[in-house]
Amino acid sequence: MDVAAATAQQHDEHQTTTGLPHTKLGMWVFLSSECLLFGALISTYVLYRGRSTVGPFPDEVFDIPYTSVSSFVLLASSLTMVLALAAAQKRDMQRMRLWLLATALLGMTFVGGQVYEFTVFHEEGLDITTNLFGTTFYTLTGFHGVHVTVGILMLLSLVGMSMAQRLPADASFPVEMVGLYWHFVDIVWIVIFTVVYLVPTPRPGGP
Amino acid sequence: MAETEEHVAPPAAPAHPGSHPTAKEYVRIGLILFVLTALEVTASYTDVSGAVLIPTLYVLAVIKFVLVVMWFMHLKFDDRRYARFFVMGLAGAATLYLIVLISFRVFAR
Repeated sequence: MDVAAATAQQHDEHQTTTGLPHTKLGMWVFLSSECLLFGALISTYVLYRGRSTVGPFPDEVFDIPYTSVSSFVLLASSLTMVLALAAAQKRDMQRMRLWLLATALLGMTFVGGQVYEFTVFHEEGLDITTNLFGTTFYTLTGFHGVHVTVGILMLLSLVGMSMAQRLPADASFPVEMVGLYWHFVDIVWIVIFTVVYLVPTPRPGGP
Repeated sequence: MAETEEHVAPPAAPAHPGSHPTAKEYVRIGLILFVLTALEVTASYTDVSGAVLIPTLYVLAVIKFVLVVMWFMHLKFDDRRYARFFVMGLAGAATLYLIVLISFRVFAR
């Protein structure tokens, strides 16, 4: 896209009935709907918490230090994402690409860690059909993992488009849109980490 | 010859002047988030009763959630209508699923 077209596009985005860019408004409406999706998955996990009649139970398989590191990694990726946005707003495209790549790499580390965690759980006898815990846990964290993966693809696309000079001169808007999605994935993990991993799960018939 | 983003970019000018935090502020918020996460993990290893531990963990999670939404997602700085759309979905989801969980007596267990 040449500069004139990019400027025209940005101009059009501000000529809306609400005075707000429709893309950004649409992203917030989308994220709002995602609250319902993850709300359903988290509620289902909570509803069936401690109701598995056969093991493995959460306290037998969870490795809190390991998952804590994953949480720090995802939080760090949110920080690098806003640093990419700050660079884009300063029109420092090289630094923006660097921070976007760092965000994507941290995201890949998180997803890689999740795949490893799932593999360990499988070896310990926990599959999606083993018990209620397995079903709700894999569904919830699996959906989140897929969202992170989609975010990584969006980040790498931004980097690719920037390198091919397909982004407008002021790339802060597309970076901000991808950033909104990425931070949403992060806040969902903040809730999952607390509800699923940190809050103790009672055993059936236990205290 | 096609003009490139590097060649045509005018001097640095934020898209929304003065509306978004600086890189330093982002790093400060990031550090607070790291500390809160470390507190959460530490709290989960303490021997305090569930009646104290669980609300503490939820409060810390809510603070982290709000920090990310307000600062990293810029709801604190952007037009309030974005916040209204998001809160509408969030509050709707929270209300709906709380009713479901209360109906199934999850909190009475």
